[in-house]
Amino acid sequence: MSAPYEEITDATEGKVYTVSGNDWTELVETLTGQQDEQLVVNMGPQHPSTHGVLRLVLNLDGETVTEARTVIGYLHTGIEKNMEFRTWTQGTTFVTRMDYLAPIFNETAYCLGVEKLLGITDRVPERAQAIRVMMMELTRISSHMVAIGTFGMELGATTPFLFGSREREMVLDVMEYITGLRMNMAYIRPGGVSVDLPAGAVDKVGELLKIMPQRIKDMRKMLDANPVYLARTKDVAYLDLTGCMALGITGPMLRAAGLPWDLRKSQPYCGYETYEFDVPTERTADVYGRYLVRMAEMEQSLKIIEQALDRLSGPLKGDRVMVDDKKIGWPAQLALGPDGLGNSPDHIAHIMSGSMEALIHHFKLVTEGFRVPAGQAFASVESPRGELGAHVVSDGGTRPYRVHFRDPSFTNLQAVPATCEGGMVADVISAVASIDPVMGGVDR
Amino acid sequence: MLSTVEQVAGWARKNSVWPATFGLACCAIELMSTGGPKHDLARFGMERASASPRQADLMIVAGRLSQKMAPVLRQIYDQMAEPKWVIAMGVCASSGGMFNNYAIVQGVDHVVPVDIYLPGCPPRPEMLIDAIVKLHDKIQNTKFGAHRAKQIDELELQALRALPLIDQGSAK
Amino acid sequence: MSSDNLPGVPEEPIARTGMFGATGTGDTSGYGRLVVRRKPELSTPRPYGGYFDTVADELERALGAELADAVERVVVDRGELTFHVRRERLVEVARTLRDDPALRFELSLGVSGVHYPHLEGEELHAVIHLCSITHNKRLRLEVSCPDADPHIPSTVSVYPTHDWHERETWDFFGIVFDGHPALTRIMMPDDWDGHPQRKDYPLGGIPVEYRGAEIPAPDQRRSYS
Repeated sequence: MSAPYEEITDATEGKVYTVSGNDWTELVETLTGQQDEQLVVNMGPQHPSTHGVLRLVLNLDGETVTEARTVIGYLHTGIEKNMEFRTWTQGTTFVTRMDYLAPIFNETAYCLGVEKLLGITDRVPERAQAIRVMMMELTRISSHMVAIGTFGMELGATTPFLFGSREREMVLDVMEYITGLRMNMAYIRPGGVSVDLPAGAVDKVGELLKIMPQRIKDMRKMLDANPVYLARTKDVAYLDLTGCMALGITGPMLRAAGLPWDLRKSQPYCGYETYEFDVPTERTADVYGRYLVRMAEMEQSLKIIEQALDRLSGPLKGDRVMVDDKKIGWPAQLALGPDGLGNSPDHIAHIMSGSMEALIHHFKLVTEGFRVPAGQAFASVESPRGELGAHVVSDGGTRPYRVHFRDPSFTNLQAVPATCEGGMVADVISAVASIDPVMGGVDR
Repeated sequence: MLSTVEQVAGWARKNSVWPATFGLACCAIELMSTGGPKHDLARFGMERASASPRQADLMIVAGRLSQKMAPVLRQIYDQMAEPKWVIAMGVCASSGGMFNNYAIVQGVDHVVPVDIYLPGCPPRPEMLIDAIVKLHDKIQNTKFGAHRAKQIDELELQALRALPLIDQGSAK
Repeated sequence: MSSDNLPGVPEEPIARTGMFGATGTGDTSGYGRLVVRRKPELSTPRPYGGYFDTVADELERALGAELADAVERVVVDRGELTFHVRRERLVEVARTLRDDPALRFELSLGVSGVHYPHLEGEELHAVIHLCSITHNKRLRLEVSCPDADPHIPSTVSVYPTHDWHERETWDFFGIVFDGHPALTRIMMPDDWDGHPQRKDYPLGGIPVEYRGAEIPAPDQRRSYS
């Protein structure tokens, strides 16, 4: 018998043994006692616990992770490039599909950027701002529910997923009632929102506000002091404030490290300075802390929704929801018809038989879109995952010159090596899940 | 005799479909909702989402397929055991959808054969369930041996004779 | 593909808020060529307004006489402050902005590339947004490099978060960040040709057939603007 195994080659990872079969015994005998037992595990890109198409390359020494590398780009969609060939308004349809768990936040960040370029930030009606705030906070709840639900599932517990999914469906029903779609709504538009709240929407949200606090309590009752859950989350994936700052990490991860940095408080937009709410923080900087922050944020979101709802049904009732500029307000004065679909019958009657100018105007606005003065702007919002920024550049035309999204998932995912290396391989799952990356946002 | 065997085998196959979830993007979230408590895919005997392609016979491609992901998709498809079926969930998986650009494969049928195209962006869970029920019907009526060859010829002829959409007229 | 169908880049930006340049009862003839042009905002004289003056003063104090050499021009537009930094001095400026107690821009929001093929000698721009949590301030750094020599020094040593952001900008625009620990493609497959988000890279769409009619890809369609 010749060599016990076919070939030994030296690679950067160490010695590579090519085994041809039937020689396991010899191989084990040769290797016993040697200290280069590095195992490289490739996890993903299609793996049930990687939160989407994320690929992790883990170097393992026994059960300990010595090196964790992240490979992304498996969902790169070219959204930023695609937008350069569409009008400014059509851009909302694209950005909403980036971070698909928080579509309203993408739209708001983009629209705030476009409004800044147009110079109409102060002219956006208050009612539109209140609707935006309400929709954003509803989205925050649904997003956190998915985050906690899938987190539970990835740790092997099915019940949190069932709870989270049930609660999310409730929010999605309300969203569908208001916008017409469950996800990817393209509801927020430059200048306001696409349609006003339909009749009965206030009651629907009110109903949700009655049920949701109990549901969040149920979730807390199940997980807050659950010994198995604590064992999997406490002191796992520690990342302190210094690490967070260096890696540019924002959102619940940063707040779990003790810094109450929330753009809604520090640099308010959409009138957040007029709402009363707290910024929950934890000092543990671990997975459990991030979970607690998310739970507390949902409770605060309910408080904000309640205040927004009071304004929408009270002082802001009947106001405009689109900027009072017929050159920008798109779609032009559309409203739901009696059949629940289509354009406003009054508007159609007006443009088709009343006024030729209005028809031309409508045609131009829909086919060509509005022009945006040249320049660049950066607008950011506090999304469920952290600071979501939109860098919007215009050359003065009817299409974006360049739109770049600073997605929090993309930046936060850089923390994987910092949180996983030196830990156990089982904790990689909870570390990645506690970052709550959405690959659509990471890869765009 | 063969017809009876076909019926029995089809019935057995359609009632034990194990999906390998290929969740990619937004549609994957709706796919999860389909398995959630409200829509409950378990009613159709399909709640066991297989983590391993070796033990799966239905691939639900949920979301946009990028050029970088395409080889991975094909590899997972090749790892699945015969007989296998594919549902292209959502417009991106069916045709590339709104992302007609350099990064996205314009339909997963460039990479794997697709049995059911499910439109929507994303399709509602009810639509996915409908697609799955239609696929069950297809599985139930799949023929074997000489019958299968004849069935394929018939379907092929039917497809060749079909008029382009523009000549079919609008929905009546 | 030809670039004839791509929207042209106006020589000078257009100054107006509405579609036809009117806020009241203006032109609704639909003739989109009635434009009011203005010079692009190249540099803003002092005072900048708001906290921008403080930031500029502090940077001047921290950098001393080297400021004039490092910062080419300052632009204040739409309530945002932009420092156009000479690329050779970028790392130094970034480090000062991060470390100086009066500045403390400790959070970076990443690098965003922009390709301006019509700006000769500075075709490629890297835009860095900084945020100071201590002082609750924001600032933008803009660095440019010519297409013929697409090199910008890497700022990963100052802001470790730029690791992936610079890789992304390299992948999409072809800007080489000198000194980056591992400048490889991040979004596209490793063997991809070209840098897809540059203006000279086509969108890459294919014509779509719908009900027998063929609709060209978005970048091949007739443009209305």
